[in-house]
Amino acid sequence: MSTMELVNYAAWGLSIGLVAWMAYDTYQVETTYDQELLVSSVEGEIEKESFGDEITSTQRGVA
Amino acid sequence: MTLTTAASTAPATAQAGTERLRLSRLLGPMHVWALGVGIVLVGEFMGWNFTVAKGGIFGSLVACWFAGILYSCVAMIDSEVSSTVASAGGQYAQAKHILGPLAAFNVGLFLIFEYSMLEAADAIVIGAIAQKVNPALSATAFVVLTIVALSWLNYRGVHTTLTFNFVITAAAFASIIILFFGAEFWAPTKILKIDELYAVTPEGVDPKAPFGWLGFLAALQFGIWYYLGIEGTCQSAEECRSPGRALPIGTIAGLVTLLIAATITWYVGTGLVDWVTLGSSAYPLYDAALNTGKQWLIVTLGIGTVLSCLASANGCINDSSRAWFSMGRDQFIPRFFGAVHPRYRTPYRSILFLIPIAISFGYTGLLDQVVTFSIISGLLLYGIMPFNMIRFRKMYPMDAIKRGYIHPFHPYTSYVLLLFTAVTFVATYFGYWKNLIAAMLFYIAASIWFVAHRYRMVNRSKLYTMPWPRPKGY
Repeated sequence: MSTMELVNYAAWGLSIGLVAWMAYDTYQVETTYDQELLVSSVEGEIEKESFGDEITSTQRGVA
Repeated sequence: MTLTTAASTAPATAQAGTERLRLSRLLGPMHVWALGVGIVLVGEFMGWNFTVAKGGIFGSLVACWFAGILYSCVAMIDSEVSSTVASAGGQYAQAKHILGPLAAFNVGLFLIFEYSMLEAADAIVIGAIAQKVNPALSATAFVVLTIVALSWLNYRGVHTTLTFNFVITAAAFASIIILFFGAEFWAPTKILKIDELYAVTPEGVDPKAPFGWLGFLAALQFGIWYYLGIEGTCQSAEECRSPGRALPIGTIAGLVTLLIAATITWYVGTGLVDWVTLGSSAYPLYDAALNTGKQWLIVTLGIGTVLSCLASANGCINDSSRAWFSMGRDQFIPRFFGAVHPRYRTPYRSILFLIPIAISFGYTGLLDQVVTFSIISGLLLYGIMPFNMIRFRKMYPMDAIKRGYIHPFHPYTSYVLLLFTAVTFVATYFGYWKNLIAAMLFYIAASIWFVAHRYRMVNRSKLYTMPWPRPKGY
């Protein structure tokens, strides 16, 4: 087996290893955490911190 | 109780109804700069030179300036809107709040395809470089490794990802500066061959403008290579410590960097390589370095080319995943994709989902087709931005909401952007009319699917959560 063939196998091996790492980590997350928590992110958190005190709820837009 | 300020590794099922995950907020202007310039800089190492084939040496310079003005408008508009709509998804979130759901859905798709295709193109180039280094190396193995390794980095956290991007982008930019000095720019006839390469050939061809004004127009479609992707800085809005400060500084500094890099690239490229060779070169800056005859410059530019591809692919993964995540969060696509990793605070499901898509595009090896779809998607995005900006100022006048940055010359920036985008579309139509029509048909079909099917599933009461006052006139 030539050096270049080894490099090719190393590239494939590294790719498979990284995919396996991500798959394992994702499996752990999916089985440990509640689904509603994982998708609980909402837009506008930064704005609420910046402007929340300045705008009353009746002034707020659609929601 | 919320989980919005500190990372946590603890399971949180008990309080799932009240706790909330969000993307980490760790980025500063340096990271924004690295994201924008990192995506774009590869265009200085390859692609821009096709302007020379179409319009000659001066046609390339006109395309460089023309695209520079277009992207100055893009950067200024994006800086204002994104520093206000500080949300992942960037232009997608802007369009949702200002133009409505259908426009937002389309903008989201433009972003995903622009960046996914560009990521695939970068990986294809890295595969090709590996095979050029040694033909026994497998291009496919390096295409896959590039996409997977950078996706892994993105999966692990945005701060490390963009700090890494800063280092390799700065190194790639430095290689252009080194070439500028290495070619002794102050002496245009010593290493550079300006007098020789700019002169009319014995056959009577003037390399400065071989095809006249029509050539200048044709060159515009490739002029955007000098800057394509700088608008990607917006995708980091939700992850900045201070978006009102970081986004304008990072984006405008990025644009200035690219204007400098583009001008140097044009000057050195056209001064070292004859216009015919330059117009068809796969690696024009590397070829320019070859013509200096300096081995250390050749090695430097070779490294710079690889680093620019890695930086671009890395930034594209970051941006496409944020756009996909943002659409998932709004249920424009399944809500499943709007998930945040509880430890790394990244949109991990979106990152994972886009890996096979990028690999499948990269596996085709059709670099020109992949890049053209990316460019067309970008142009469609620029076509929507002027309407977005004008309506934004009408809906939210200056005193209505805080802005991190207020761009000058409004509304003329929007008019100029619209005009320049239209002209670039015409130029693109001349060269790639089939691709343009195919892309339009795809986006029309996707829009019909969205209106007729998907939008019914969107929870409209959760679509707009920005704590803003009512828009003027509503």
